[in-house]
Amino acid sequence: MLLRNTYNEFIKIIAKPRSYIGLGVLTALIFVILFAMKADGTSFVSFVTASFEQTLSFNGNILNGNLIAFIILQMLIVHIPLLVALVTGDLISGEAAMGTIRMLATKPISRTNIVLSKFIAGAVYTLILTLWLAFLALVVVKWMFGTGDLIVLNSSGLIILQEQDIMWRYLCSFFVAYLALLTVSSLSICLSAFAENSIGPIVSTMGIIILFTIIGSMDVTVFDSIKKFLFTTHMASWRSFFEDPVKMKNIWESIVILVVHNILLVAIAIIKFNKKDITS
Amino acid sequence: MDGPIIEVKNLSKKFGTFEAVKDVSFTVNKGDVFGFLGPNGAGKSTTIRCMLSLIAPNSGTIAIFGKNLANHRSQILNNIGCIIEKPDFYRYLSAEKNLEIFARISGRDSSKKEIQEMLEFVGLDGRGKDKVKGFSHGMKQRLGIAQTLLHKPDLIILDEPTTGLDPQGIIEVRNLILRLKTEQQKTVLLSSHQLSEIEIIANRMVIINKGKSMIEGSVDALVNEQDLLLQINVSDYQNAMQAIELEFPALQVKHLHGSMIEMAVEKEMVAKMNYFLVNKGFSIHSLEPKRKLEDFFMKIIQE
Repeated sequence: MLLRNTYNEFIKIIAKPRSYIGLGVLTALIFVILFAMKADGTSFVSFVTASFEQTLSFNGNILNGNLIAFIILQMLIVHIPLLVALVTGDLISGEAAMGTIRMLATKPISRTNIVLSKFIAGAVYTLILTLWLAFLALVVVKWMFGTGDLIVLNSSGLIILQEQDIMWRYLCSFFVAYLALLTVSSLSICLSAFAENSIGPIVSTMGIIILFTIIGSMDVTVFDSIKKFLFTTHMASWRSFFEDPVKMKNIWESIVILVVHNILLVAIAIIKFNKKDITS
Repeated sequence: MDGPIIEVKNLSKKFGTFEAVKDVSFTVNKGDVFGFLGPNGAGKSTTIRCMLSLIAPNSGTIAIFGKNLANHRSQILNNIGCIIEKPDFYRYLSAEKNLEIFARISGRDSSKKEIQEMLEFVGLDGRGKDKVKGFSHGMKQRLGIAQTLLHKPDLIILDEPTTGLDPQGIIEVRNLILRLKTEQQKTVLLSSHQLSEIEIIANRMVIINKGKSMIEGSVDALVNEQDLLLQINVSDYQNAMQAIELEFPALQVKHLHGSMIEMAVEKEMVAKMNYFLVNKGFSIHSLEPKRKLEDFFMKIIQE
């Protein structure tokens, strides 16, 4: 029954116009970034490298597909959660608002399976968004701008990664980024189990992300003990793959925390939905 | 199966401090079209939602097909088709796709042919490819009935299926329910706040009010045991009234309008009264016995 309802969930997601908003917005944003880079990318890169030009000499094509893919990932990973929540936040509460949850819950499928099938469908939708982002960033951008070494500026300074040492880092980065987005998906599905309308869970998801991000960025001792347990702290862990050497311990820690978040959020959604009186 | 299809015993449900259902009990037998009658807010929908596991009761037991709902939920729901209040569908999907989705989670994949046949049965042939968002309330109600039947359940539960329908829609839905009984031998539980609707469709009923079950039994027996209102259009009505009062002093005769008089009588009295008036030389232009349905219903719900 889980597979049958998961198949149904895919049919619903495919048929809903809002499912295409994410893909459309993502594509539009990437092409805006590409247009900006094509038009004025050199001065953008000069602005970043200016402070190093007295000590270093940069040769070759710095403004290449690898750098732009990195910029895209950095810029959009903050905004994609909204696109994810737009669809996943509606999965349970949207049915409550429409009244179809009543029909669904009177069928011979357990409520646990209803939530799990929605989680799987949400996970696949999030994967599609991530893969689309990866395709545009790694295939289309490289086709337009070519490849080359990647210059990354991070807290420890300027890192230059060689062209042949980059692709595996991107693949691992997209995996961790997917895990972070999956947590957003689970959060909005969890909130969706508490709500009776679509907007509430979407807005609440974004509110929680903003709140946690602010707590994570505040340099206040009182928050230090909780910062590493906030999933938002680990949403940027994909960047760790662009350090040299890669700090695998930190990455594994992020992966564990994100996976635990996903399990907890889905468990809360299942418990809540099982106990819920459906009165809509 | 032998024995009752539905057996609800001492069902209670509270929402906070509000007791929506108090100690409700009733039994539905195989082949019944069972009327679940009560005014708005009586607790009908809450009881039905408990029977479909949408709401968890605080106490009481519900056995359907001889099995306890709490322990055999999926097995029981597999054999039930239902509409709760109004059928809601995925507006962005076609009627066919909606039926396909609900049939799939009802435990069976319905073929295109079965879906077409069902749409035809409810009078929606040719509309299967249309999106539900363009459907009228009546069409959705008929699609709802198609959805309840597609997985061939033995028990159909319909909660206020004619609410919001125009007169023609009401007649269509009533006829559909009667066809379920006669053509498909389904057991139907029909909730309604309209006594006339239950009288037309149901063979047994329970009346529920303020969360309590008030009376249960055969519709005919419950309705016929009540007095009739006999309206007679008679010549020389003043003398006729005097004659009746002399012969039957227990009767209260009332003048309505023109030459129309009215009195509450037992069923057997109708023919007797006709014979008496004709024998006394009065001309009877019309004689109409009316059951005091509404009075009966009001009496029950005011108890």
